[in-house]
Amino acid sequence: MSSQDIPEENLPAEQATDEAHGAVAVKGEHDNPFADPGLPEHEHRIQDIDERAAKRSERVVAMLFTISMLATIGFIAAYLAIPVDKSIYVFPIGHISAMNFTLGLTLGVALFCIGAGAVHWARTLMSDVEVAQDRHPIEAEPETKAQVLSDFADGARESQLGRRKLIRNTMFGALALVPLSGVFLLGGLGPAPGTKLRHTAWKKGLKLVNMNTNLPLRPSDIAVGSLTFAKPEGLSEDAEDFQTVMAKAALMLVRIAPENIKDKRELAWSHEGIVAYSKICTHVGCPISLYEQQTHHVLCPCHQSTFDLSDGARVIFGPAGHALPQLHIGVNSEGYLEALSDFDEPVGPAFWERG
Amino acid sequence: MKKLSARRRHPLAAVVVLLLALAATGGLYAAFAPASKAQADDTAQSLAITEGKKLYSVGCASCHGTGGQGTTDGPSLVGVGSAAVDFQVGTGRMPAQQQGAQMPRKRAIYSQAEIDQLAAYIASLGAGPVAPTKKDYSPDGANIAKGGELFRTNCAQCHNFTGEGGALTHGKFAPNLGEVSPKHIYEAMQTGPQNMPSFPDTTMTKQNKKDIVAYLKTVNGDKTESPGGLKLGGLGPVSEGLFAWIFGLGALVAVAVWVAARTAKAKKS
Amino acid sequence: MSTTTNATKVSNDAPSRGTAPAGERIADWADGRLGIYSLAKTNMRKIFPDHWSFMLGEVCLYSFIIIILTGVYLTLFFHPSMNEVTYHGPYVPLQGQRMSEAFNSTMHISFDVRGGLLIRQIHHWAALVFLAGMFVHMMRVFFTGAFRKPREVNWLFGFLLFVLGMFTGFTGYSLPDDLLSGTGVRFMEGAILSVPVVGTYLSFFLFGGQFPGGDFVARFYSIHVLLLPGIMLGLVVGHLILVVYHKHTQFAGPGKTNNNVVGMPLLPVYMAKAGGFFFLVFGVIAVVAAIASINPIWAMGPYRPDQVSTGAQPDWYMGFSEGLIRTMPGWEINVAGHTLVLGVFIPLVIFPLVLVAIAVYPFIESWVTGDKREHHILDRPRNAPTRTAFGAAWISWYFVLLVGGGNDLWATHFHLSINAITWFVRVGFFVVPVLVFIATKRICLGLQRRDKDKVLHGRESGTIKRLPHGEFIEVHEPLDQEALHTLTAHEQYTPVEIGPLVDENGVERKATRSQKLRARLSKGYYGENNQIPKPTVEEYKEITSGHGHH
Repeated sequence: MSSQDIPEENLPAEQATDEAHGAVAVKGEHDNPFADPGLPEHEHRIQDIDERAAKRSERVVAMLFTISMLATIGFIAAYLAIPVDKSIYVFPIGHISAMNFTLGLTLGVALFCIGAGAVHWARTLMSDVEVAQDRHPIEAEPETKAQVLSDFADGARESQLGRRKLIRNTMFGALALVPLSGVFLLGGLGPAPGTKLRHTAWKKGLKLVNMNTNLPLRPSDIAVGSLTFAKPEGLSEDAEDFQTVMAKAALMLVRIAPENIKDKRELAWSHEGIVAYSKICTHVGCPISLYEQQTHHVLCPCHQSTFDLSDGARVIFGPAGHALPQLHIGVNSEGYLEALSDFDEPVGPAFWERG
Repeated sequence: MKKLSARRRHPLAAVVVLLLALAATGGLYAAFAPASKAQADDTAQSLAITEGKKLYSVGCASCHGTGGQGTTDGPSLVGVGSAAVDFQVGTGRMPAQQQGAQMPRKRAIYSQAEIDQLAAYIASLGAGPVAPTKKDYSPDGANIAKGGELFRTNCAQCHNFTGEGGALTHGKFAPNLGEVSPKHIYEAMQTGPQNMPSFPDTTMTKQNKKDIVAYLKTVNGDKTESPGGLKLGGLGPVSEGLFAWIFGLGALVAVAVWVAARTAKAKKS
Repeated sequence: MSTTTNATKVSNDAPSRGTAPAGERIADWADGRLGIYSLAKTNMRKIFPDHWSFMLGEVCLYSFIIIILTGVYLTLFFHPSMNEVTYHGPYVPLQGQRMSEAFNSTMHISFDVRGGLLIRQIHHWAALVFLAGMFVHMMRVFFTGAFRKPREVNWLFGFLLFVLGMFTGFTGYSLPDDLLSGTGVRFMEGAILSVPVVGTYLSFFLFGGQFPGGDFVARFYSIHVLLLPGIMLGLVVGHLILVVYHKHTQFAGPGKTNNNVVGMPLLPVYMAKAGGFFFLVFGVIAVVAAIASINPIWAMGPYRPDQVSTGAQPDWYMGFSEGLIRTMPGWEINVAGHTLVLGVFIPLVIFPLVLVAIAVYPFIESWVTGDKREHHILDRPRNAPTRTAFGAAWISWYFVLLVGGGNDLWATHFHLSINAITWFVRVGFFVVPVLVFIATKRICLGLQRRDKDKVLHGRESGTIKRLPHGEFIEVHEPLDQEALHTLTAHEQYTPVEIGPLVDENGVERKATRSQKLRARLSKGYYGENNQIPKPTVEEYKEITSGHGHH
């Protein structure tokens, strides 16, 4: 990687470090038309030569600061006077919160005017003479470097670190090990996954409960072309673990005329054409449910994976890697739809141990 | 009259004449066609069916078949119910101009009375979802918050949080629901037009539908409040990001240009 | 130094100039303990050059300060808890709904706290502007070559700030636990699960068990308000110290050399301009927050893992990763009882690579040129065609992915097929940067040629003259020396050669692979047809004398 092997002549000669400083034109190059002519002469602004113009600027700046003060008073007044739930119609924005609008505008004006005043002051009244300041190389002088290196060598020698290998090695060992305590403490962040991702709340005999009505579903409820979402029986929205359970158990039910179901297993696991699929996308877990009832395609709103529900929910487009898991359903003795087992594969996004 | 003669040479005049002639022919045909057996029945309902059948023969039969049995160009209408007719014709989707991935909404060409007649005729072909009455979709007695939850469970995946619409596969889309009338939203849920699945009363009760319609009209109507200011289409981070770049950063760059620009110089004397 | 002194200024400068005894006494007190006089001696009149693009970094700094100020305010009301509560606030469409305390308290901030909504919106708008500002600032530094020695470390500081800003933004966006951000967190869980071998463990450790669990809001909260901003604050301070220490770069021009910096002093001009600019930035963002709604969580509703909305996107700065994940084909390999989720894992790997591609560029360029000198004069982008082309290609790459990330909205708003857009992005990911690279390089070379013509033949005056024999010519005005200098001040490298493979003693040596690569790259950068040789004095004199004096 060393670039020392690059001959110096590859580098452009211009702007070498020992060139004259810019404020002064490069001497002895009168015949060089490209030579640096040096900083242009300062030109006066109107405010520099005309006191009336300067006064005008002063008044503008003062006016801006005054507007800022008024706006702040307006802010305070609005804060105190406007009810927090008051809504107003502002064209063309719409029906908006009166408080948010007035507070935001007054605050914005108060701040903006301070800034505008300061900048106008700087631009028109403060000196605008351009000044050149020298730069100094970042690199240290060789003497400094030599001094530092020798100091360091002294310090290192005095520490005897190089000589006493036992100290050195054990110290490195101790320093290398001690962060492990921290790593282990992080172990408390969560339980080991175990087989939790492989199972859902569904099991044999659980009725399919309609998300909309909280009532168990009958086959006759579900029409061809309709879309229904279900949860396992006994799961209440108020349950502590409702979210975590639903994150795997959410179910999507559609009815397809049996002769239109292409996949044999799908047909076998359906009931009179009612098929139950996991609502959780196998890509990264969005609740997939954009069901097109004419094509039987279901699209994920997040990343557009598309599955064919009439063909085992196989992926026909997009980034998902495998078909949606199907739930084997049947009808119990009371005529309600029920699960005949848990999903036979993990639902949701794929993971290393999925297999 | 002068106006009419002036427009006689309009390029569309021929089309208008042709359409009128077609309608007249169809109407005459319908009038002279073999009378249906329901003619003897003089109840209002059967009158509506008769009138509806006439309208159907002219405007719909070419695609859906003379008896609503469907053809290769259009699905069977037996059992779709009056709700489907009211939705499809009322939102101008039917009669369709051409076959396509999706029939877009357009101006309805039939009056509500004609639509009701058509609906009566189609309903007579087979039982199906019945068009709702005003009581069904009025916000009285609706639980708006429950409607919101139902909307997010059943509808938002296609139509967005507040019904702004969204994309489906291959150029199809779920339309913006902001301008759709409550009745048509209700009917769409009942019947599942085109690629939309249906949400029949058996799985989504009438009260559920009423809640959803009420929610939608609360969060996506003319009077909907957007406390924070401009809604930016209600589309979420994409439009917010564009706004931040164009108006946020854009304004700041403009300000920076002003801050850094040279102040005007006095003319050299 | 300053010629105009008026009353306001004297009093303003008073504490440090020592005309007012009270101020001086305080300064003396501080100096005795902090050494402020020596500090002020070198810095008070420090020179900063004026250019609007040099203020982009200030936009970022100020929006960062605004975010911290408003963020602290928000922490006073926000409850980082996922305990479920029932909403009883004033927003009717959510009354009676179950939600986490995080969502509930965000609703409280938005609807019950006076000015709470405004502060929330300023916080979020400032975050979007912060990231956009960093992006543009970074591109300014890139295209002008300001990243060259001695500023490589500061480039990396800036880059880290951009990346950390993305993650701070993402964690903050997730805190309200609304349906949109929850969908984003779910996506993150899926992405983590795709990591081979340890993915499931990482996910369980992050979420304290299964998704969503009851922990992630509290954990994201401490990451969002403490860990990441703490690191960022340190980096910002370091970034600023280095800016002051290196002194600002400047564009070439009369009087501006590599050894000086031309501009106006910190006190008073930049104190007023930069200080004023803070208020301007804050004012603009406050007005934006007054008129435009951002992240209206009430419209989205609380998060539920079985609910979703179409148009689910992250904030813009995460959009390119969204594009990657949306357009990747769904590859999945099952081997020996294990699953390799390439469809998710490859985007997860490309995501940092997209960023690293631009971050490491300064080191690649410095290796190719072998230039170890300090550079304080900025390049005009046209004068570094390969670098400019690379940068433009990178931006196009980034934007292709952004389009991919919003493919559903492009589809609905431009009546396109979402599948077609996805395919466009899949192909464009590989093709568009190449096309943009070629086009940009050609444009740069064309501009270089134009500059050369201008130097040699003068500026087109627009005056048409008819010569005695009837020919029409446009009169070209010669440039003045200032313009001639500015247009010829840039450096041009000659390509690195491998050098003779046989030395003077006849000993053969082998060119290493890296030498060969460097020679090839160097030729691509500076070889024939890859830069237009700038006009020489001889050329200029020959042409100007050949023109003849009128």
